[in-house]
Amino acid sequence: MNKLSKNADDAIKNITDGQTLMLGGFGLCGIPENCIAALVKKGIKNLTCISNNAGVDDFGIGLMLQKKQVKKMIASYVGENMEFERQLLSGELEVELIPQGTLATRCMAAGYGMPAIFTPAGVGTEVAEGKEIRTFDGKEYLLETAFEADFAIVKAWKGDRSGNLIYKDTARNFNPLMAMAAKTTIAEVEELVEDGELDPNFIHTPGIFVQHIFQGTGYEKRIEQRTVRKVAN
Amino acid sequence: MALNKFQIAQRIAQELQDGFYVNLGIGIPTLVANYIPIGINVVLQSENGLLGMGPFPIEGEEDADLINAGKQTITTLPGSSIFDSAMSFGMIRSGKINLTVLGAMEVSENGDIANWKIPGKMVKGMGGAMDLVASAKNIIVAMMHTSPSGESKLLKSCSLPLTGKNCVKKIVTDLAVIEITAHGFKLLERAAGVTIQEIQEKTKADLIIEGEIPEISL
Repeated sequence: MNKLSKNADDAIKNITDGQTLMLGGFGLCGIPENCIAALVKKGIKNLTCISNNAGVDDFGIGLMLQKKQVKKMIASYVGENMEFERQLLSGELEVELIPQGTLATRCMAAGYGMPAIFTPAGVGTEVAEGKEIRTFDGKEYLLETAFEADFAIVKAWKGDRSGNLIYKDTARNFNPLMAMAAKTTIAEVEELVEDGELDPNFIHTPGIFVQHIFQGTGYEKRIEQRTVRKVAN
Repeated sequence: MALNKFQIAQRIAQELQDGFYVNLGIGIPTLVANYIPIGINVVLQSENGLLGMGPFPIEGEEDADLINAGKQTITTLPGSSIFDSAMSFGMIRSGKINLTVLGAMEVSENGDIANWKIPGKMVKGMGGAMDLVASAKNIIVAMMHTSPSGESKLLKSCSLPLTGKNCVKKIVTDLAVIEITAHGFKLLERAAGVTIQEIQEKTKADLIIEGEIPEISL
């Protein structure tokens, strides 16, 4: 079984117009930069994208929004993107804003083979409209269904030929959840290694969840809020 | 004298107890980390997947892979741990986080909070706020008592879309410390030199006032 793709263009070659994609990352941290660039280049359209954020105007999913490739965005926070707000207010873009924990857990449910979960997030708010509410132990919960996605596109720090992945620091975020949740998972990694080089005890995503893997190149890793202190304290 | 935002943070830091796991929201809540009392150890959670958040990195050592929920570059500490977003909200939903501090646009006398949306105006999304307010055992709101145009942010009922219902336990504003009880807003403390009458005038709901109301001490 060969999971190796030559590059991002090769890895995304089976993605077609109108499909649903999960894209890993929190803000611009841990986003699949290479695959996003390849999707923009290929010009695939009418996509439904599930991702915590929508990038910024000129980076991340923002690049796909500029090219009007996204029909619907499912996200929890989109505050850093003017083009997004413009498309939303003008009605060009369909948007579903959902709580961050609900987003994570709907990915998790899909990856764990569960059709739905109950969560208290959003009870008594407009998020609850039209949803089944069930009371457990005197507290109300919303029924939220598992996501269904054609592809998950994730970014890892290291990966091997078997598709095993390890993430670095908070670039982990939604990546391991999405890797488990879609019909097909594409992983781009900063460092592709031979089988046996990663310690099986420290694998975050077992290879069974990954169908395509490739060595990414030229990571920009843009920082949204560069905060520093002058001296050690 | 009304408190400034740093003093609001300083007052909230007095609520911290040794061993607390704490989630601090964006804005004034983030400043609370600067006033953790000596001898009190708290562990800060960042809901993008970090427990044990350290200070900002020294210039030149910032790492794009290590950020907090406000997307700021940060550091880890000895004893920190990293996890995915589902586990992060597992900690929140299962009640392991002892204290959550959030900003708000409106809070009602029964503890409802609105802080994520102004219809037709602000479309940013709720991020993790709805999960936090739905599950946290102890929620303190840090905010100015009135809006920039002078309207009370403490109301009988919220006019903006809610983030959560019946969840806020305490509010610390530039004017007062207020507890949310079964009967409404109870005034606990007032900013030095600020009268009870002024606080009541700037609160669009009745305040419960019992006995002497001490001044906030910092």
